[in-house]
Amino acid sequence: MRRFLIFVKKETLQILRDYRTMLIIIIMPIVQIILFGYALSMEVNNIDVAIYAPVRSNSTDDVAAKLISNKYTTFKGYLDKSTDIDRLMKSGDIDIALIFSPDFNKSQVTQGLDNPTMQLVTDAVNPVISRLSTNYILQIISDDVATSSPVKITSKMLYNPQMLSSYTFVPGILGLIIMIICTLVTSISIVREKETGTMDLLLVSPSKPLMVIGAKMIPYFILSCVNLASVLILANTLLNVPIQGSIVVICFISFIYIILSLAFGVSISAISQNQVMAILISAVVLLIPVIMLSGLIFPIDNIPEILQWISVTVPARWYIDAMRKLMVEGLPLIACWKQVLILSGMTVFFIFVAVKQLNSKIKK
Amino acid sequence: MDKIIEVQHLTKKFGNFVAVDDISFDVRCGEIFGFLGANGAGKSTAIKMFCGLSRPTSGTGTIAGLDINRQFEKIKQHIGYMSQRFSLYEDLTVRENITLFGGIYGLSRSDIKAKAKVLLEKLEISHKADDLVSSLPLGDKQKLAFSVSIFHHPEIVFLDEPTGGVDPASRRRFWEMIYEAAESGITVFVTTHFMDEAEYCNRICMMVDGRIKALGTPSELKAEYGCDTINDVFCKMAVTATRQ
Repeated sequence: MRRFLIFVKKETLQILRDYRTMLIIIIMPIVQIILFGYALSMEVNNIDVAIYAPVRSNSTDDVAAKLISNKYTTFKGYLDKSTDIDRLMKSGDIDIALIFSPDFNKSQVTQGLDNPTMQLVTDAVNPVISRLSTNYILQIISDDVATSSPVKITSKMLYNPQMLSSYTFVPGILGLIIMIICTLVTSISIVREKETGTMDLLLVSPSKPLMVIGAKMIPYFILSCVNLASVLILANTLLNVPIQGSIVVICFISFIYIILSLAFGVSISAISQNQVMAILISAVVLLIPVIMLSGLIFPIDNIPEILQWISVTVPARWYIDAMRKLMVEGLPLIACWKQVLILSGMTVFFIFVAVKQLNSKIKK
Repeated sequence: MDKIIEVQHLTKKFGNFVAVDDISFDVRCGEIFGFLGANGAGKSTAIKMFCGLSRPTSGTGTIAGLDINRQFEKIKQHIGYMSQRFSLYEDLTVRENITLFGGIYGLSRSDIKAKAKVLLEKLEISHKADDLVSSLPLGDKQKLAFSVSIFHHPEIVFLDEPTGGVDPASRRRFWEMIYEAAESGITVFVTTHFMDEAEYCNRICMMVDGRIKALGTPSELKAEYGCDTINDVFCKMAVTATRQ
């Protein structure tokens, strides 16, 4: 036990001494949270809308009033001619234009006297944003325009009524950051010892390899917990992402995921000859799948089936899935039994692989 | 005199490649034993087997009376090791390195403290005790690495090309330390490419293509091969090598 603590102390000293790396590790999640939360948001924040109506009526004024009063839309006024639409959209002054036929009047519509039309024109350079804005605008003005159908459809966004992307990004960032820190940094620190030759020195000493590696994991585990805390606190205070589920359960699943990532890092270090290789493997094997196949950005259901199958093997997918359920939907632990089971299974697997590789390396 | 290393028919194969081919020899307690050979002759592979880093394919042997096939974990407690690559933590201070390795070998805290003080004074680096090892000159680093490898007073210390890249004056001081260690009862097993250093050894053993081609005191070998220096003996040996 004393030996173990000696190794933990040594590892901690080395991390503290390399303060630049440590700062990056601690600041990276904070920067990412701020980036994802504000800059990279996919949500519809401020839609500029203009109306072109050859004949202004009460109905068109109603629509305009709705647009003015909504805090996510800005009414840019009535346009004089239809060619303005193209001009203003190109200059970026408006995102959406509503065009009403001259006979557009709600009272006439309800009486079924005429056949008035409304056209919605949107800037679809970014399809995601344009689709979101279109839906949003339609939702706002539905009362005024869509009354002809006998069935009235009301849709409601549950758990995330404003469709804030930070709700989905925060669990994703956690999944990404923990993977990067635990896996990349542990594998580098082990491979570095191989490169400098100090690993041989430890292996010829009476200390067991498993203990050496275990001691390496402790400081990184603590660092990851610091990151977990800072991400959760920032998400909750700065981005107002609710933490609906139990914090104990959230930490529990995160701990499993952290240990999994650490074991993964050890496995990578066993097959890498130098730090560059460890970084490359981590980047290719980890970052790309974590970003592409975990549901962090692209919903799993939208990717091709073969990739969906591959995504099953990406640990981050299950973690992010579980975290969304716990954090955003506020479900109890039992709702995530599948994710917990899969993550635990993967953890055991990677620890097994890591230990086996360590032992076989010595036997050679 | 007791034997600290005894190996019989030790062989190590990597696939079809025979790195160490049926070697048998012994090392007596307290002697300085030189282990020579060209690059790729199998020296490092042999040392790895003695240190428990690698298991022999066949053959038997004992280190400090312990079986290298079965008791490799116990052997580790009795040996010291310094590799050809510099082997201390550069990002830790001199004192932290000493404390770390003292602790790994199970020395008590007070022991480490007392011995560290003596050691630092002997190496004349007391004033640099809290400097990072990376800031020390190479000669000091190697002397420190050697001192750390025998800090727990092992029965035998394996030095794998310890003086690579060091100037002649530092090498001479390094060898003074080796003699001192041998006098205090530590057997020294050293590999080197410097043939002048080989002359300092009590006995030397020359490996060619994984086999032991010659073994004896430096003067015996010189007489046997009719050479004036060990360097000439080595060159005579090396040309017989067929392995690239």
